Amino acid sequence: MRSFAFICLLSFLIIPAFAQSLETYEQPVPGTTVNFKMVPIPAGSFLMGSPSSETGRDNDEGPQKSIEISAFWMAEHEVTFAEWDAFFKNMDVPQTKAIAVDAISRPTAQYIDLTWGMGRDAKQPSNSMSQSAAIMYCKWLYSQTGIFYRLPTEAEWEYACRAGTTTAYPFGDDPGALRDYAYFKDNSGDKFHKVAQLKPNAWGLYDMLGNLTEWTLDQYDDNTYKKLEDHAKDPVKDPGSRYPRVTRGGSYLAPAKESRCANRISSLADWNKRDPQVPKSRWWLTDGKSIGFRVVRPAVAPSKEAIEQFYVSYLK
Amino acid sequence: MKSIDESTKTSRRDFVKQSTLLAGGLLAAPLMSKAGYFHSVDDTIKIALVGCGGRGTGAAMQALLTKQNVKLVAMADAFRDRLDDCYKLLSDPNNEEGNVSAKVNVPEDAKFVGFDAYTKAIALADVVILTTPPGFRPIHFAEAIRAGKHVFMEKPIATDPAGVKSVIETALLAKAKKLNVVVGLQRHYQNSYRELYKRVKDGMIGEITSGQVWWNNDGVWVKMREPSQTEMEYQMRNWYYFNWLCGDHINEQHIHNIDVMNWFKGAYPVKAQGMGGRQVRTGKEYGEIYDHHFVEFHYADGTILNSQCRHQKGTYAIVDEMLVGTKGVVKCGDAQIIKKGKVAYQYDKKLENNPYQTEHDELFAAIAKGEFKFEDADRVARSTMTSILGRMATYSGEVVEWDKALNSGISIMPTRFAWDATPPTLPDANGFYPIATPGTTKFFS
Repeated sequence: MRSFAFICLLSFLIIPAFAQSLETYEQPVPGTTVNFKMVPIPAGSFLMGSPSSETGRDNDEGPQKSIEISAFWMAEHEVTFAEWDAFFKNMDVPQTKAIAVDAISRPTAQYIDLTWGMGRDAKQPSNSMSQSAAIMYCKWLYSQTGIFYRLPTEAEWEYACRAGTTTAYPFGDDPGALRDYAYFKDNSGDKFHKVAQLKPNAWGLYDMLGNLTEWTLDQYDDNTYKKLEDHAKDPVKDPGSRYPRVTRGGSYLAPAKESRCANRISSLADWNKRDPQVPKSRWWLTDGKSIGFRVVRPAVAPSKEAIEQFYVSYLK
Repeated sequence: MKSIDESTKTSRRDFVKQSTLLAGGLLAAPLMSKAGYFHSVDDTIKIALVGCGGRGTGAAMQALLTKQNVKLVAMADAFRDRLDDCYKLLSDPNNEEGNVSAKVNVPEDAKFVGFDAYTKAIALADVVILTTPPGFRPIHFAEAIRAGKHVFMEKPIATDPAGVKSVIETALLAKAKKLNVVVGLQRHYQNSYRELYKRVKDGMIGEITSGQVWWNNDGVWVKMREPSQTEMEYQMRNWYYFNWLCGDHINEQHIHNIDVMNWFKGAYPVKAQGMGGRQVRTGKEYGEIYDHHFVEFHYADGTILNSQCRHQKGTYAIVDEMLVGTKGVVKCGDAQIIKKGKVAYQYDKKLENNPYQTEHDELFAAIAKGEFKFEDADRVARSTMTSILGRMATYSGEVVEWDKALNSGISIMPTRFAWDATPPTLPDANGFYPIATPGTTKFFS
């Protein structure tokens, strides 16, 4: 309760100042008539992870640490097929099997239907995404708009998902209400759904839980929180290798207990096990049909050099 | 009769050769393998890889990831750079996709390049992996079996009726020699399909009376021509778009779905008719293949299979099979059997395996135990023929009969294999290739 009060106080202090600088805006997707909404996320601090008393909790969610987060914008929903296809079908960008670290490249064609029959409606979230494909999309958006887009850090993701709450779900501890906010195992019909159909969280973000599992930037480690300093600011665990990295938010296939704010899911090489080729695709997951992403934009953009360096280091 | 004479002769010759090697304790003899030879003297199973592209590298990795005592000892490819890239991946201990480096022992003099590389690589192994473009498969398979080797090969196994015929004959020889042959139609090695098949065999959906199968998606890679290339090298690099190498996508990909119908039905079509063309993918870099086919395959008992395959970006994507019986419907992708609109059987997809790995696990386990368990070649030859029948129907716009097509002797392969040889199809002055035209293209006079 103390931390909850603390966060409320902080929000009260910060929001007026923040409101002057960060406003909700619509980002047009280059080459299309599609926009997506970017929602301001206030700077603040929060308790990352879950208490050992939380139902369904895993050990990798603790010990809880107080974390400070700088302001940023987050897309109100997961990247949709309409948004993704603007990049995927941009013929000005060469299509390559390998990832071009120092250039923008476009994913290879999908040999099979990686929606697995769930369809490709413009408002459905783009699935079977590798982390490299997601980051290359951000890089393409940056190249087209001049605005720095990237994936959220694990801390940013949980902070945004909680939207000031400390409970298992952004609306409380009762999984019974989850069906109003998230497409998860019990109400999805084993399919992903159009984005933003259910209730948003307090900060206006849709489908943070459920629908697709979302990529973050961090390397996965069981002991991340043990190693985290209390009051760390904008922490991110640098990726040492391609696997494992952190995904968040449960999915249309996950039960309620895996669709909590604090739940962490480690990526696996197995998510590409049915790719019969070697090297396996850097773009698509043959066994990760519930994996997608959403983009964020830091309030204070880094230097051009730092942005370029960011893309290189995550795409190598 | 010729093929039987041939097989007897070859068997005896191989037996003599292998007996000699046995005396030296060097090589496993498949004819003797029931004695558990692999375990008694030197239990290493030696593998040669013929065709070092992405799929060949994947197949080699799966073979090396089996629990048996295996070693990659030889590699062959038409191109040095493909072989080198493949070797680099397989011998890299830091390969994130699996470390098999300890099982790779391919010295420089066991790396073979060029059109005749396959014979030399095959000679050094107990098991060969054949993963070149499918046009070469009949030739490579014949050599592997002649030389007495077990085989894993990728589908399809030919691109023309003459090639299919050759594989059917070689399959007989493989059986006579008790050589295991697994072919990469991986649905046969996938848990959900095996469970569905069992239930269909048990009569759960009655008699199959029709089927719908699809491989509709964006298409695959394309390689642009480079100025230094001869026409033969260009076609070999951009092989997907030339029929002698690939057989069109109805053969190269859609065979997976067509084969499911043949498998569950336990029969092959007697004739086919259909339509197709190239409407979207018309550039010269797309060679001579169509971008869509829709074929109606007729079976002897009146059953009809409707088969769709399409390579057109941005269109509805579906890769699946649905089999309709008198008492129910199998939806393969959903791993379900539907009766009267209700789900009567649902395979638990959490139990699904990686069929690409299972193919190798089962093949190499059989070889290690000296068992003769797998004879996929004849079956896959006939499913390949089904795809080719479909292509002949869409290209000509005529009804094409199975027996007539299979026994036609039609070959679309080059008569000579060399970088300066003339491929069977050539571009015009603007770089465009002749395209089959329904109503004009004829296979039979």
